[in-house]
Amino acid sequence: MIEDIELETLINDIYEYYGFDFGSYSKASLKRRVNRVYQLGEFESFYEFLSKVRSDPEYYRSMIDEITVNVTEMFRDPSFYAVVRKEILPILATKPFIRLWHAGCSTGEEVYSMAIILKEAGLLHKSLLYATDVNATVIESAKKGIFPLRMMKEYSENYRDAGGQEDFSNYYIANYGIAKFNAELASKMVFSQHNLVSDNSFNEFDMILCRNVLIYFDTDLQKRVINLFDESLSILGFLALGTKETIKYSISQTKYKQLGQEKIWRKVK
Amino acid sequence: MEESKVKKCKVVIIGGSAGSLQALLQILPQLPPIRSFAIVIVLHRKSTDDTALENLIKLKSKIPVFSVEDKVPLRAGFLYIAPSNYHLLFEKNGILALDTSEKINYSRPSIDVSFESASEVYQTDLVGILLSGSNTDGTAGIKAIQEAGGTIVIQDPKSAEMPFMPNNAIANTIPDYVLNVQQLLDFIILLDK
Repeated sequence: MIEDIELETLINDIYEYYGFDFGSYSKASLKRRVNRVYQLGEFESFYEFLSKVRSDPEYYRSMIDEITVNVTEMFRDPSFYAVVRKEILPILATKPFIRLWHAGCSTGEEVYSMAIILKEAGLLHKSLLYATDVNATVIESAKKGIFPLRMMKEYSENYRDAGGQEDFSNYYIANYGIAKFNAELASKMVFSQHNLVSDNSFNEFDMILCRNVLIYFDTDLQKRVINLFDESLSILGFLALGTKETIKYSISQTKYKQLGQEKIWRKVK
Repeated sequence: MEESKVKKCKVVIIGGSAGSLQALLQILPQLPPIRSFAIVIVLHRKSTDDTALENLIKLKSKIPVFSVEDKVPLRAGFLYIAPSNYHLLFEKNGILALDTSEKINYSRPSIDVSFESASEVYQTDLVGILLSGSNTDGTAGIKAIQEAGGTIVIQDPKSAEMPFMPNNAIANTIPDYVLNVQQLLDFIILLDK
């Protein structure tokens, strides 16, 4: 395993050479992932690895793809989507226009999941799904709406568990091991690169989804990002986090009301 | 009363897969409240099982269960259970962190990931216990605990429902203790100072 001081040096070098700040990332996870990249590269020394990162922007980018976690799935935690479908969409439906933000969308599986339930609720036509990630590579992938065909069995089960009634395979065309999702779903998505560490609010939203992203940040950065979400959320808007994440320590509890046991909070003032 | 050879212990981390829950359900109801260390349990299970395991252990254990969420503090006297579908990691400042990265050894939570992470932070003050299972997960982790100076304990394969995992660990390390279920219980009780 790499040393803490080596990790700190890498973090400083990345910031100095590329302006990307890993300083407030959760160290245990970051260290493990950097260590993996370092081992895979079969470097003679950590110094050799550092100079490769500094001198080779192409290598740097591929390293970022490896150390930022991009594991996601469609309808991850089906019960969450069931609650969104049953309890939140009927409220959002009363609005003339619905703006959603998927912060840290990765390869887009959850954005397409949301588009599907919006469509089934008859709301997709008046919705706009902003999807952002810090990683440009995954954004390009998300835009395509192409996911591995081998995942579809699990995703269609998740979809059913989330209250889906349709034939899930109607939403994609299967071809040579891939599933290409219908262009109609993507027609209401806007993808862009956005860094939660350093970028500001860019719009006002009725719902912000940021699931299993904050776990990679330390508690100070979590507070900053929750405040960024607060600034970006309309009154009575919803904030949804991952099943093990909370806003409890980050923001005044009088401002937000939690929906039962779900990791969904409504901004009440 | 006999004294434990383990001098200092801040965390007991227990990993297991198939057959390990049976062992735990024999140990936990008999384990009195502890004062000097925390217990962390990492068990393989279905990703959809979010709270069932935790609820079951809460029901059976005299030691209070601290529900794991991102960045909760690790406190002596409490029992923690790695949530399903996340890797459980240890931060240097005594808090727990979660990670949804790729499965390791087909598992999330992976025992190796948690054991390795705990060994880095707690080093000699860590006791790792590996229980029954039919997977190689846990071997690399228990090795890491030993290399960092911690104490390693493996369930006696003869007492394990699935002996593969303990056997694999025994073949790749020199365990400090190989214990059956009753001995495991006595061993943990003696650790409390």
